[in-house]
Amino acid sequence: MNTPVLSLRNVTKRFGGLVAVNAMTFDVAEHQVMGLIGPNGSGKSTTMNLISGALKVSGGEVLLRGSPITTLPAEQINRRGIARTFQLVRLLPSMSVLENVVAGAVFGHRRRWGHEARTHAESLLARVGLEGKGHLRVGQLTYIDTKRVELARVLASDPKLLLLDEWLAGLNPTELQIGISLIKSLRDDGRTIILVEHVMDAIRSLCDTCVVMASGTKIAEGTPQQVLSDPDVIRAYLGDDDV
Amino acid sequence: MTGTDIRNLCLSALALGICALLPLSGSGYWLSIGVTIVMFTALATSWALFSGPTHYISLATAAFFGVGTYVTGLGFETLPFWSLVGIAAVLGAVLAALVGLATLRLSGVYFVIFTLGLAELVRQVITWVQNRSGQKGLYVLTDISEADIYWMLLALAGAVFLAGWLIGRSRLGFALRIIGDDETVAVHSGINTALSKVLLFMVPGSVAAMTGAILAPRYVYIEPSLAFAPMLSFQVVIMALLGGAGRLWGPLVGVIPFTLLWESISSSFPQQTTLLLGVAFLVIVYLLPRGFVGLLDQIRQRAAPKDPEAQA
Repeated sequence: MNTPVLSLRNVTKRFGGLVAVNAMTFDVAEHQVMGLIGPNGSGKSTTMNLISGALKVSGGEVLLRGSPITTLPAEQINRRGIARTFQLVRLLPSMSVLENVVAGAVFGHRRRWGHEARTHAESLLARVGLEGKGHLRVGQLTYIDTKRVELARVLASDPKLLLLDEWLAGLNPTELQIGISLIKSLRDDGRTIILVEHVMDAIRSLCDTCVVMASGTKIAEGTPQQVLSDPDVIRAYLGDDDV
Repeated sequence: MTGTDIRNLCLSALALGICALLPLSGSGYWLSIGVTIVMFTALATSWALFSGPTHYISLATAAFFGVGTYVTGLGFETLPFWSLVGIAAVLGAVLAALVGLATLRLSGVYFVIFTLGLAELVRQVITWVQNRSGQKGLYVLTDISEADIYWMLLALAGAVFLAGWLIGRSRLGFALRIIGDDETVAVHSGINTALSKVLLFMVPGSVAAMTGAILAPRYVYIEPSLAFAPMLSFQVVIMALLGGAGRLWGPLVGVIPFTLLWESISSSFPQQTTLLLGVAFLVIVYLLPRGFVGLLDQIRQRAAPKDPEAQA
């Protein structure tokens, strides 16, 4: 079997006495879309922050294609090939849409500069459905378009692994369908992705596997159908009475 | 390089050439004003190279400037003048790197206070060392004329503009803009933010030290309270903000009117200059938060036809 793109081995994060992530262990294989799901406060975003280097791991190991990245600073992790979006969209307000995407292409995993970076950014804007909007200021964009820009920015460095932190959150039903098919098209390109998501439709139609977290611990792992019918998972989401 | 770039470079070189003719006018008064203007142009433009994109307000200019004047004060009898300017450049850059490593993890007001404190610390240390030597200051007696100083500072200012133009087109310049917009995005886009900030902070440090080294002969006698006057740091910030720190030529737009205004205020109201400086600072921050340049952009945006897509 091939080395997984990403492996977590007993990854733990403590904030003082609180254990936010407790001995998480999972693998993400190449070309796989993995959903990281669970109720609010279960430690999904903390796990994403540990993988991307935004937070330091308290214990355990994170491996990218078998080599440890546990102690690397966030920019090094990005350069090794892990790119992320943020739960609340973060764009660069003083720059144009195109420059926002170029920002992702210059310093990351696969580096481009000058004309090459611009053409690459333009092709990515077209890829996410923003063709011809490169000259706009980010303040002029609709909500879903800001999400598209952020997606184009993280794609710009040709990452080995994409971390999408609630990328579909806050979209209206029409936008949601657009968003889901956009991410589906990334999966069809063979991207390896970890999604943190609450939208069950998206999880069912996008994810190859799911890891379910509750109170910082992994409580289930498998295909979306398997985990969503797991009594432990239903209990974690809905409480004991509904099992 | 595009045609516009070449045209701009030629125009800048021409403007520099015209400015270089000022000492030939024979007017001591205008030459003296000219020295002040090119001095503040070099200081404010280099200050804005770092503080413009990152929004880190540095009040350490006086520290670097003072170090430069002392390099000349201590070395002019034994070393050729040009080498003193070189030594000042290196010392300024090294000091800036040390300050940067210690402080650039601080943000906002903490960084401002630290840089102001640093300038005071350096001043107190030099004062202490100076007093132990038994003298209050140093005589800098050279045959360097005011016109020489003017030309050297003009060359330095030209070099600052060239450096700023090159940095603006470089990855480092782009990295700094990203950091200024959102440091978290910068980090997760693969930018080593600490290194980028320290590297660029060395530029104003080095330029301020060189400016000090070149200007020392003008003062004839230097002592810590003059060489490290904190007022200088504030003047540089005010001028850069007045012009607009977001563009390379922004500070220049602030330096010229401010220097002329300052000359007339300090000669008419010598007792109230600091007070008036404070008022000017408040007025600029409240009324012109992005300086003259920002005001121009605003007017241009209003005048421009609305983008149909933007309204969609």
